[in-house]
Amino acid sequence: MVTIQINGKLVQAEKGEMLIAVIRRQRIDIPALCHHDAVEPCGSCRLCMVEITKKDWDGWSKFVTSCLYPVEPDLIVSTHSPRVVELRKTILDLYLARSPKSEIIQRMAAEYGITQTSYQEVPDGDNCIMCYACTRVCEELGCNAISAVQRGHKKIIAPPLGEPPVDCVGCLSCANICPTHFIEWNDDNGKRTIWGKQFELVSCKICGKKTITRDFAEYLVRKRNIPANYFEICDDCKRTELTKSMGKIVIAAQEISK
Amino acid sequence: MRIESAKHLQQLQGEYSADLNRFPQKVLVCCGPGCLANGSEKIFNEFKKILSAKKIQGITVEALKKTGCHGFCAQGPLVVIEPQGIFYTRVQVKSVAEIIEKTLAGKEVIPRLLYVSPENGRKIENYKEIPFYSNQMRISLRNVGKIDPENIRDYIALGGYQALAKALTTMQPQQVIDEVNKSGIRGRGGAGFPTGRKWDTCRKAESDIRYVICNGDEGDPGAFMDRCIMEGDPHSILEGMIICAYAIGSTSGYIYVREEYPLAVINLQKAVEAAREYSLLGENILDSKLDFDIKINRGGGAFVCGESSALMKSVAGDVGEPRAKYIRSVIKGLHDKPTVLNNVETLATIPVIMNNGSDAFASIGTKKSAGTKAFSLAGKIKNTGLIEVPMGTTLRKIIFDIGGGIPNKRQFKAVQTGGPSGGCLPESKLDLPVDFDTLTEAGSMMGSGGMIIMDDRTCMVDVAKYFLNFLVYESCGKCVPCREGLYQLYTLCNNITEGNGKEGDLELMENLSQNIQIGSLCGLGQSGPNPFLSTLMYFREEYETHIREKKCPAGVCRSLITYEITDDCTGCLACIKVCPVSAITGQKKKKHFLNQQICDRCGSCYDVCQFNAIIIK
Repeated sequence: MVTIQINGKLVQAEKGEMLIAVIRRQRIDIPALCHHDAVEPCGSCRLCMVEITKKDWDGWSKFVTSCLYPVEPDLIVSTHSPRVVELRKTILDLYLARSPKSEIIQRMAAEYGITQTSYQEVPDGDNCIMCYACTRVCEELGCNAISAVQRGHKKIIAPPLGEPPVDCVGCLSCANICPTHFIEWNDDNGKRTIWGKQFELVSCKICGKKTITRDFAEYLVRKRNIPANYFEICDDCKRTELTKSMGKIVIAAQEISK
Repeated sequence: MRIESAKHLQQLQGEYSADLNRFPQKVLVCCGPGCLANGSEKIFNEFKKILSAKKIQGITVEALKKTGCHGFCAQGPLVVIEPQGIFYTRVQVKSVAEIIEKTLAGKEVIPRLLYVSPENGRKIENYKEIPFYSNQMRISLRNVGKIDPENIRDYIALGGYQALAKALTTMQPQQVIDEVNKSGIRGRGGAGFPTGRKWDTCRKAESDIRYVICNGDEGDPGAFMDRCIMEGDPHSILEGMIICAYAIGSTSGYIYVREEYPLAVINLQKAVEAAREYSLLGENILDSKLDFDIKINRGGGAFVCGESSALMKSVAGDVGEPRAKYIRSVIKGLHDKPTVLNNVETLATIPVIMNNGSDAFASIGTKKSAGTKAFSLAGKIKNTGLIEVPMGTTLRKIIFDIGGGIPNKRQFKAVQTGGPSGGCLPESKLDLPVDFDTLTEAGSMMGSGGMIIMDDRTCMVDVAKYFLNFLVYESCGKCVPCREGLYQLYTLCNNITEGNGKEGDLELMENLSQNIQIGSLCGLGQSGPNPFLSTLMYFREEYETHIREKKCPAGVCRSLITYEITDDCTGCLACIKVCPVSAITGQKKKKHFLNQQICDRCGSCYDVCQFNAIIIK
């Protein structure tokens, strides 16, 4: 354990854990868009930046992304110093110029007093804020079906060659993790469509309800050592079946004890 | 051919150098990028054709060398006759027979091909007397232009790989690091981090594997120092890398070179193959138990891949995007292993430090920036080319004494140093000694050494816009301040050049710039606003004139200027012929008329007019 100082308060932290976790444990509200506990940090949104210094740095300080900065002994952290707040305002201002319609951006910017961007709105700006959450979760699952392509201001998240991605299993992890709900998908008539690829949905053998995609079921069976027939019945029906068999056991046990 | 030991190497040097000196004269044809573009390959082939056919004064075709860049690109194609040092400029294929007949066979100099001093019109025979060369000191470029880069024997003959032999046989790895440390050499790639300290940290990092990488991803517009070393003296880089490998304890190295430098890729590949053949790469190098090999890695042309962490990702086969370097790459670099990444020029300098000792190197240059630095001069300068001078040389000396000043009798306005992320320095900063710290203090930076010189017909807002556009295009797009911030900075700058600037724009841009600097993930973004900030620092009134008066004082920004034909027009028709949009009409010997509605403001008429009859308003 090491002791660090956050906004003037002494705090205990695990050595090597990322600063953002320690800050949030202190219930300090620090914004972040690309940070998610399920995936490796990447430091692209820059909102969680804090100012750090140490006693022996002779008054020198630096700005670091707290999601990527491992805790060190004697660190002095300011999460809301004037420069940090100014930086966050500029970043949110820039986000607002790029994604003016995004609700989460609007809300975060408003918290920092920005309701209208100071810059020119980006022509055809969309709600993708290039936080890489989708690509990281896809990588985490081992699919790597999508990635960031092109560069700079033209960068987009897309499947290889812009074609329906061969490696996508339709698990929706990317859509669910997206902080701005930008990734579109739909389930219709037993089919799921995402990234321009269509998937067949598995029906429950008992109630007929659509559950996950066949590709995802097969993927899990193959990679996660799950029994082949596991996805034939939906979770609800599994529970019902379990209750029924539990009941039978209870009755049988009662008979024996008589 | 396997070189068994240091002693064997020494013996070979004697043999090769005797072999090289067996001809009374040598012909060096510059095949650097500038001369090649001017057709020096054809000149080389013509020499080869004639010399292969007959022997002249004891000279055979083997005395003909296809060398790397001689530096004086403005005068190319260049041919040098050694040992006299006769320097022929602007050589054409048809002059080759004459050179052979008169100079090689008849010992007679051809005055027509000599360099003419612009000051007094004197013809200078020996290149060492030309101010462009006499004011230089060449360390990293020591062999460039003197040897055939494709031939390892040339390099060995001039003492190549002796520094390696010295390090391997007489020094411990730590001694090598101490020597580099004492020399005071700082990374030539731009940041100026002490090389010895980098090596030391890497050596001390706990790991089973360490890597050496050479950064040959030179991407600054107008910079070609590294290119010329890679093309003209690839073995010096290899030697530097092997010495580094010995010092830090590495067995595997990479040279990351951009695909846009095809000749550099070919020459490096040939050098690596030759070094392997001579057992200077591979197992048990010079019988010292050092195993080391080098792979060439070609970069796809992304500017950001010159950044260390992006480069390492690219080498590993991932998308070249930087990562946060809170754990530095000397501790956790390529494949998460300790990695030394050095610039081409730094590595090419290492053998000299080993050979001559750290004190000799430290005595050159300034106290905090030892040694020499190569620069490429481009833009509005007479002597476009590649130079190397001691650190601490003033900008004035570089631009006016070596560079020859501004052509076409125009005035100097600014010099851009340090590539796109560097800055522009005005006339008042010309007496600054060039080293890492003074340039940074002045608001620019050393960068890799590209210098772009601008004359009074350059609009500084337009320059900032150009470099910002470059950075917007080259930003990897990973982090917001760089991706969106530089884009907005460019947009605001563009508005100003189009006459749509507003009061308050400059303040907004300054605030944005400061936040891009502290908020960006890697060096590209952190230094990205520099073109704007440095031009604003020294040329603020030019921005203000654009915004308030909607005028471009330099007469560059098309939306803010008009061309007019004055009564000085003699009716020569020249402007009518060059106008791409046919905006000018008129008859011979009568004043021409320019239709402003059609005029595209390209300035072709202005450039072609001999009578100064076209003015910019």
